[in-house]
Amino acid sequence: MFRESSIIRWRNYNDRYKLIGYKCDQCGKTYFEKKGLCTCGSLTFDEIEFSGKGKIVTYTKVHSGAEAFQEQAPFCVAIIDLDEGARITAQLTDCDYEDLKIGMEVEAVLRKFYKSGEKGVIHYGTKFTPKF
Amino acid sequence: MAGIIGWGAYIPKYRITAETIAKVNNDSAPAIKSGLGLTEKSVPGKDEDTVTISTNAARNALLRADINRKEIGAVYIGSESHPYAVKPSSSIVAEALDIGNQYMAVDTEFACKAGSATIQINAGLVDSKMINYGLSIGSDTSQAEPGNALEYSAAAGGAAFIIGKNEEAIATLDYTCSFTSDTPDFWRRAMQPYPSHAGRFTGEPAYMKHVIGATELILEKSKMKISDFKYVVFHMPNGKFPLIVAKKFGVTNEQIEPGLIVKKIGNTYSGSSLLGLSCVLDIAKPGDKILMTSYGSGSGSDSFIFTCTKKIADAQKKARTTDDYVNRKKYLEYPEYAKHMATIH
Repeated sequence: MFRESSIIRWRNYNDRYKLIGYKCDQCGKTYFEKKGLCTCGSLTFDEIEFSGKGKIVTYTKVHSGAEAFQEQAPFCVAIIDLDEGARITAQLTDCDYEDLKIGMEVEAVLRKFYKSGEKGVIHYGTKFTPKF
Repeated sequence: MAGIIGWGAYIPKYRITAETIAKVNNDSAPAIKSGLGLTEKSVPGKDEDTVTISTNAARNALLRADINRKEIGAVYIGSESHPYAVKPSSSIVAEALDIGNQYMAVDTEFACKAGSATIQINAGLVDSKMINYGLSIGSDTSQAEPGNALEYSAAAGGAAFIIGKNEEAIATLDYTCSFTSDTPDFWRRAMQPYPSHAGRFTGEPAYMKHVIGATELILEKSKMKISDFKYVVFHMPNGKFPLIVAKKFGVTNEQIEPGLIVKKIGNTYSGSSLLGLSCVLDIAKPGDKILMTSYGSGSGSDSFIFTCTKKIADAQKKARTTDDYVNRKKYLEYPEYAKHMATIH
């Protein structure tokens, strides 16, 4: 049975729940994950809340997911360029693989990621769904 | 009194028809459809629950409200399907909405009226100046035992309302009152996965008595008559009960139909009357008066009278409508539905 510490995910609420990322205060380049150094050489960043809107760069279908995700299988995963520029890898939901297209507009929704077994914490986070 | 500053709906994408369920249960689909007054119901995605539905509805409400979200001082979520027995849905939703930490929160339960009760609570807090804004949500991924009559109607969805000062409102809350008694028509004991009900007893002494009781009371208190309202919404456990009450009060089809969302998505329990309210706010015009009466088994009804202000027209354009979600749908076959409901894995 899959189990994971509830605290590890608690430390990541900003990027799991809210899509909070980082923007270089020199060149304005955005990142989803915290960076020590921007490609422009700057060391300083401001926090930015992404709108949750973006486009699919590429995608795939997972038939045999990790244990925690198995009950959702098959599911789709995509690399997404957010409107603000940052690139993110995320699970897609409410979609069929056959209907997906590169360049398709998607938007963020809060969904269950997985449960830590039958007694553990339910982990929530951001997935993306085709814009409708 | 206080008023509604913003509203938002969320309904999952998936549907199952009465025919599909009837085939498995060896029931007559035409008899079910005519008996319950509905043809299909919404079904949650495998990764959806009351928390995710509430969050997505509340995000739509925030888009319409145009407020500083950090000023929300209370978050209350009414549901029969909170994902945890112990751990609040409200704090998870508030965290996802990034409203900070200075808010009161609690999850409420009163069968299908747990959400409407939170509007009364937040209105009281706003009127007493304890908070600037309060978030009220009614949301459910309703439970029904496979093979039970409830399986045809128990659906998923929710609506969120930001309650604030009257002068900022898109719809002012003019009157509210409740009608409550200890009536054992429908219940779910601790640790039980599915609710039980008392069959036909859920009708006359339960739903009818309380919905009619609360509606008569608010008409008496407000000195208004049914013809004063542009829209009327009654809780919708099925497509027939609200029409029986409507007939008793002389409510016209034009008044009741716009909010009668049960016919399209089934009974979303705590979300039911609130999604009906969301439907009519999506199309209401300044000056329109709305009467809404919820019902929660056990039993009680909350009745509300709202008057739409000129701010409603702008707010309507700022987020997806309830119908946008109603019309986004994918039909499931019974085995897929069983997986969505986790009755098989």
